[in-house]
Amino acid sequence: MGAKILLEHIDKPGIRGYDVYRQNGGYRAVEKAVKTMTPDEIVNEVKTSVLRGRGGAGFPTGLKWSFIDKSNPTRYLVCNADESEPGTFKDRYIIQYIPHLLVEGMIVSSFALGANTAYIYMRGEFRWLFPILQKAIDEAYANGFLGKNILGTGYNLDLYVQSGGGAYICGEETALLESLEGKRGNPRIKPPFPAIKGLYGCPTVVNNVESIAVTPWIVNNGGAEYAKLGTEKSPGTKLISACGNINKPGVYEIELGLPVEEFLYSDEYCGGIAGGKQLKACVPGGSSVPILPGELLLKTAAGTPRNMSYESLSDGGFATGSMLGSGGFIVFDENACIVRNLWNFASFYHHESCGQCSPCREGTGWMEKVLHRIEHGHGNQGDIDLLVDIAKKIEGNTICPLGDAAAWPVASAIRHFRDEFELHVKHPELVRHHYMNDYVAPALHTA
Amino acid sequence: MSEIKFKPETMAQVEAIIKRYPEGRQKSALLPILHLAQEEFDNWLDVPVMDYVASILSIEPIEVYEVASFYTMYNLKPVGKYVLEFCKTGPCCLVGAEKIQDYIQAKLGIKVGETTADGMFTLKTVECMAACGYGPMMQVGDHYYERLTEEKVDRIFDYFRNTDPSKVYKTDPLTVAGLN
Repeated sequence: MGAKILLEHIDKPGIRGYDVYRQNGGYRAVEKAVKTMTPDEIVNEVKTSVLRGRGGAGFPTGLKWSFIDKSNPTRYLVCNADESEPGTFKDRYIIQYIPHLLVEGMIVSSFALGANTAYIYMRGEFRWLFPILQKAIDEAYANGFLGKNILGTGYNLDLYVQSGGGAYICGEETALLESLEGKRGNPRIKPPFPAIKGLYGCPTVVNNVESIAVTPWIVNNGGAEYAKLGTEKSPGTKLISACGNINKPGVYEIELGLPVEEFLYSDEYCGGIAGGKQLKACVPGGSSVPILPGELLLKTAAGTPRNMSYESLSDGGFATGSMLGSGGFIVFDENACIVRNLWNFASFYHHESCGQCSPCREGTGWMEKVLHRIEHGHGNQGDIDLLVDIAKKIEGNTICPLGDAAAWPVASAIRHFRDEFELHVKHPELVRHHYMNDYVAPALHTA
Repeated sequence: MSEIKFKPETMAQVEAIIKRYPEGRQKSALLPILHLAQEEFDNWLDVPVMDYVASILSIEPIEVYEVASFYTMYNLKPVGKYVLEFCKTGPCCLVGAEKIQDYIQAKLGIKVGETTADGMFTLKTVECMAACGYGPMMQVGDHYYERLTEEKVDRIFDYFRNTDPSKVYKTDPLTVAGLN
C-alpha cells in the first residue's frame, strides 16, 4: 500500500462538494500560499519536489515554471484537460470525483506564476463534466478563494473553463493555445516556448490536470517531503489508468517504483489478466509509447524486475524498453492481434494529424494503408520493411511530437512481433480473424 | 428557413463567454459558441449559421469554416436526432468494441456515417474518448454509455425511441432507465 496524495480522500462521501473537501483540509494550501509564501518560494518548493509533468512528457514542472518571463505583467496559467491519448483516462477521474483538487491547484499555481487569469481547456466530449467543474469553481468564488482580493491579500484570479472541439492534437501545448485563441489546433514552431510567448503572445505555462492537482500537497507539506516518495528519479505518486484485458480496469494511484508485476497481478490493482489468459504485451504509457512483449514488461533485458517509474520503464531504451508516458497502461492478452492493434493506432494518428507537416500528414496515411492490407491478408513481402522505413522518415521530422508518437508504436511492434507480421503477410489463411481480440496464433511448425 | 438568431437566453450565454477573454480576443469564444450554435440549430452547422457566428464575433466567415471543419465534434451535414459517437480506438477494441459496432450497424441497418430512415439515429465512429477502462463505449448527447453489451445497446435504443425528446437531455438516462 503506497502513499496516497491525489486520491487520499476520494472515498469520502460528498468529497465532490466544497464542504466535505474543505473539512478534509481543502484550500489550506491556498491560505498558506497567498498569506505566508512568496510566488518564488512556491516555485522553489515545486522544483525541490522534482515533480515531473504528468501529461506524458515528464518534464520537471518546477523547471517549466521557472522559465516564465516575469518582465511581462500579463501571464497565464492554462490547464491541459484535453485528455485523449488512447489508454489514458485519469484526468477525467480527478475532475469527475474531486474537482476542487484541480481548482485549488489552479489557484496556488497561478499565484506562483503571477497569473491573474487562468483557463482550464477541457476536451469538448467531456461536456458532461462541465457542470461538475463549474460548480466547484463557483463554490471557490463564493468562498473567497477566487475573484478579487483573494482572502484579503490583494491577489486577484479569474478561472474559466474552455471547451475544445474534438481534436487529439490540442493536447500538444501550443496547439492547445491556438485552439484557445479560437483557431485550428496547429502546433506552433518552438522556440519561442509558451513561457516566453504563449497565450495571446504573453508568457504562459501549460500544465496537465494531474500535475496541477499535486501542487496543493506540495505547498502544504513541502517539496522535500514529496521528493521522499517514489524513487530518486521518479518522485511522488502517479495516477495510472489501466485498461485492456485485465480483471480490474480503472484508475489507481501508485507510489512510483511499485513493481510492474505487483501492479499487474495483485488484487489491489489490475488483478491479473482477464479470463485466466496469458499476458502477451503491454503499452505502458499511452498509445504513443513503444509496446513491450510480456517478458520485457516484467523484467528488463538484463533480467532485473521492472518497476513503475520513468527510469525503469525506459530501461533498455527503445530497443528493449518503453516509457511511463501518461500512465495509460494498456494490457494485451494472448488473443490480441498486434497487427490489427497497430493498424488501429495508425488510423488514429492519421485521423488526428493536423496536416501541417507532410511527413506526418502523408506518412501516417501510408502506414495506415500498408497496415490495412497486411491485416486483411493482402500484404506484400516488402511491406514490413516499408513500414519501418516510413516510420523512420516521420520521426524527428515534424513540428510537434505527434509524428514521433505515430512512428514509435510501429517501430516497436515490428521489432518485438515481427513473426506475427510475417505470418500475416506469408500465411494470411492461418491468421484469419475478424476482431482485435479473437486472434489465435497458429503453432509455428504449421507455418 | 426562419431567421438565424440565437434565443435571448443563448445570446446571454454568448455574451458571458466573450467576457472571459481580454478585450479584442473575442475570437477565443469561437469553439464554445459553435457548440451552442450546433445545439440550437438542429445539431449541425449550416453555412448561414457559421456566417451568423462570424458576425457575432466580428471575424471573417472563413475563420469559422476552417475551425468548424478541423474539429470532429462539429457536424457539417444534417444528422439524425441522436448521434451515436462510438469509440473505435484500440483499447475499446481489446474488450470487444468491434463486435458491438457490428451489432449496432446490423440492428439499425446503417453503416458508419449514415442516418436511420426515420431520422432517429446517426452512427459516427470517434477516436479515444478517455473511457478506455470502461469500454466498449459510445457518447450520445451529454452521456457516456460505457461497458456496452448487445443487451444494453438494445435498452439504450429503446430508451431514446420511447422517451419524449424534450425530456431526454434533462433527465439522466443512466439512472432513469437503469442503463449502467
